[in-house]
Amino acid sequence: MRVTAIAAGVALAISLSACGGSSGDGDSDGGGENSTPEFNAGVNKVYNPSDTKGGTLKMANDADFDSLDPGDTYYGYSWNFIRNYTRSLVTFKSAPGEKSNELVPDLAESLGEASPDAKTWTYKLREGIKYEDGTPVKSEDVKYAVARSLDKDILVNGPTYFNDFLDLKGYAGPYKDKDPTMKNFKAIETPDDRTIIFHLIKPFSGFDYLAMLPATAPVPAAKDTGTKYKEHVLSTGPYMFASNELEKRFTLTRNKYYDPKTDPDTGRKALPDEITVDLNVNQEDIDQRLQAGDLDVAISGLGVLAETRATILQDPDQKKFSDTADQARLWFTSFDNSVKPFDNIHCRKAVMYATDHEGYLRAYGGSSGGKIATNLMPPLIPGYKKIDLYEFESKPNGDIDKAKDELKQCGQPDGFTTNISYRAERAAEKATAETLQQSLDKVGIKTELKAYPQDDYGKIYAGNVAFSTKNQLGLRVYGWGADWNDGFGFLSQIVDSRVIRPAGNTNFNVKDPEIDALLDKALSTLDTKEREGLWADIDQKVMEGAYYLPGVDAKQLLYRPERLTNVFITNAYNMYDYTTLGVQK
Amino acid sequence: MTAPLETTGKTAEAPPEVTLQGASKKAIEGRSLGQIAWMRLKRDKVALVGGAVVVFLILVAVFAPLIVKLLAHPPNEFHYDQVNEATSLPIHKPGGISGDFWFGVEPVNGRDLFSRTVYGAQVSLLIAFLATLLSVVIGTVMGVIAGYFGGWVDAVISRLMDIFLAFPLLLFALALVGAMPDEVAGLRGYWLRVAIIVFVIGFFNWPYIGRIVRGQTLSLREREFVDAARSLGGRSPYILAKELLPNLAAPILVYSTLLIPTNILFEAALSFLGVGVPAPTATWGGMLSDATHWYKVDPWFMFPPGLAIFITVLAFNLFGDGLRDAIDPRGR
Repeated sequence: MRVTAIAAGVALAISLSACGGSSGDGDSDGGGENSTPEFNAGVNKVYNPSDTKGGTLKMANDADFDSLDPGDTYYGYSWNFIRNYTRSLVTFKSAPGEKSNELVPDLAESLGEASPDAKTWTYKLREGIKYEDGTPVKSEDVKYAVARSLDKDILVNGPTYFNDFLDLKGYAGPYKDKDPTMKNFKAIETPDDRTIIFHLIKPFSGFDYLAMLPATAPVPAAKDTGTKYKEHVLSTGPYMFASNELEKRFTLTRNKYYDPKTDPDTGRKALPDEITVDLNVNQEDIDQRLQAGDLDVAISGLGVLAETRATILQDPDQKKFSDTADQARLWFTSFDNSVKPFDNIHCRKAVMYATDHEGYLRAYGGSSGGKIATNLMPPLIPGYKKIDLYEFESKPNGDIDKAKDELKQCGQPDGFTTNISYRAERAAEKATAETLQQSLDKVGIKTELKAYPQDDYGKIYAGNVAFSTKNQLGLRVYGWGADWNDGFGFLSQIVDSRVIRPAGNTNFNVKDPEIDALLDKALSTLDTKEREGLWADIDQKVMEGAYYLPGVDAKQLLYRPERLTNVFITNAYNMYDYTTLGVQK
Repeated sequence: MTAPLETTGKTAEAPPEVTLQGASKKAIEGRSLGQIAWMRLKRDKVALVGGAVVVFLILVAVFAPLIVKLLAHPPNEFHYDQVNEATSLPIHKPGGISGDFWFGVEPVNGRDLFSRTVYGAQVSLLIAFLATLLSVVIGTVMGVIAGYFGGWVDAVISRLMDIFLAFPLLLFALALVGAMPDEVAGLRGYWLRVAIIVFVIGFFNWPYIGRIVRGQTLSLREREFVDAARSLGGRSPYILAKELLPNLAAPILVYSTLLIPTNILFEAALSFLGVGVPAPTATWGGMLSDATHWYKVDPWFMFPPGLAIFITVLAFNLFGDGLRDAIDPRGR
């Protein structure tokens, strides 16, 4: 989710450049099953289906989780994995391909019931759900869990959607407001032990997506240890912590109080008896252990390294154990409209036309790394509409004549000079900056390349308004993944002008009141089809305004060791579903 | 140490000239220090080969644009036709080597490794020479002053040298390059980076040469010819410039040739760590850094920059060693 973008940042420079898979698209609409290893056998269908229980599922991570605490995590793979030991009100269905975008009730009996104005949402908990110690789950535990996640001074990592949407009336979470009855927290009501009512400050038609956030997984107030809660999260899911060595490894074993009968909708399988996760393992090591069969899953879901991808794709015996996963992620370059001459739309359009889009794709691994993107929203997001205003598809190497024409209209017929920034650690972004430099040079736009460390790219450099303007960073190479597969989850943080702050931006400079208005309209539209249409309208506006230069709709290559069963890629997380995997002994 | 040779040489010259008038004049003529050194150097075949390679490398660096224009492709030009679209690897094996691309091509964008290696020599040698020059200038001035004046001046400068020697140079360079603004004193981009790197390497390496010069000066200033100059009324600036410096030339020269390869390696290390000269300029360290991503599937990518660094450093070291032996045989 946005997550992976940032997470990977901390993790490994190369691993993101590795985000690519091979060309095959697998357009079939899901559903099938098979057990012969072949390329893309886990795409849109279940590979090696099985109900055999037992064994140990071995996973490894090239970095560490931001946190194992459901109220404190923002990484996509973490949201996928956490369903093994927590249950949120609602979750994504565990099913191959597009079916996984469907939200299904988990802790709740059904999806949320909205008031007509989409400002009040009611959920009812299922009966008979217990924690790992046998105590029953109550609605006020969910209320407490959401309340604690509001406090970003203590639990710093999670998203701020509840802070933004709940009608908090100044309530700052139970660590600051120590009243145990939470009587000042009026945004959530719990009239009885099973009913929970959310009151929002503004309409949000997609509130079920917030009920999906791990922060709605119940936490009993008596067991909360603040920042230390991640050491032993009280399980409601099929597994619970057996041991947890922070930053090194942890092991999950079966939770005997998890009753599959209370979990009819999500598709969890809970096959292995034990799940082990090694942390902070070198990605090269992970790739090798996957190929050697010593490891079952690379938990980051970011795919193998670029060079491992090359070896796998060259060797038919290995290629058949790999899957390409499309990602709801776009690699793009954003203009800084405050840097002259990009305040003029024609100069931005000149760059759109001059870019060698095939070269951009090459930087991310060619057809194994993705597809040329023509607009902002990735195809995986429901409501996606192809918008190709600048003929990227018919002219993949750019349109020099049109670019020169735009330059004339911009009043810069001979071109101009500007800077391109990129994240130093990322080979693919460096290659992007280099190919941009080459293609822009053809129309007289001279560029200098600026590499900045990725950890501070948003805080101090490209995402810092003052720095970017002062250093004339006209073009900034970047990428963005959806927080969840929905227009709001992808767009809000990169096109809404109201999220722009002095530093740490992800919207680098789109300021368009029409776009803001469309976003607000979409949030209060309850009809799904109509809402999805609005996301496409926003996309259209962004492209008309030439605020972003879309680069590549990303893909990655996942390795699927032979002994894994029930393997498939879930589009909700764009990696293997971690609640259905099993192992052959 | 070399000073007495010259002075005694001159006094010894006079008598034979008178007695052996009939014989060939050349044979008896006294040989200057330079001539003796050259004679010794000529006998040292290893050093000569090193020297030849050094000259060759300098020529390559100077004429890089011409060489590339005649024999290869522009260093930043992409050749997508040389690279497999789906794997990003060079099409021709190994490493994309073909009649057109002698050293192969870079994965992903197919840039000509021959051109990039040739252009890499420019950056490496330019930075190494400039940085060495800076160290030598600062080191000589400080060393001579410390050695000649002694006392508290010597104490201050020597402690300063200790401080500089204790400096974590690589870490400092990483921090400085990261913290530098976009424009300093009218310099931008490429030249700004070159200037910063030259400054970091040159400014922090002077104590090595400073110490040697100081030691030499300490022993020289007690010599008779310095005493003579002083008793004839020579002032300090005159003695420093006319009496001491010429006698320091040899060790300075030797030490410079040995400092250059160190600086080449340091520049490569900085580029490798991503704080060298900005992309897309070709540098050996930068190429090596890119090659590490690909070593499993395209190990050939490492060879051109790796060998270039290896050969350059080795050649400078061999030549420097030979030069030292030739100028100061007792130093063996």
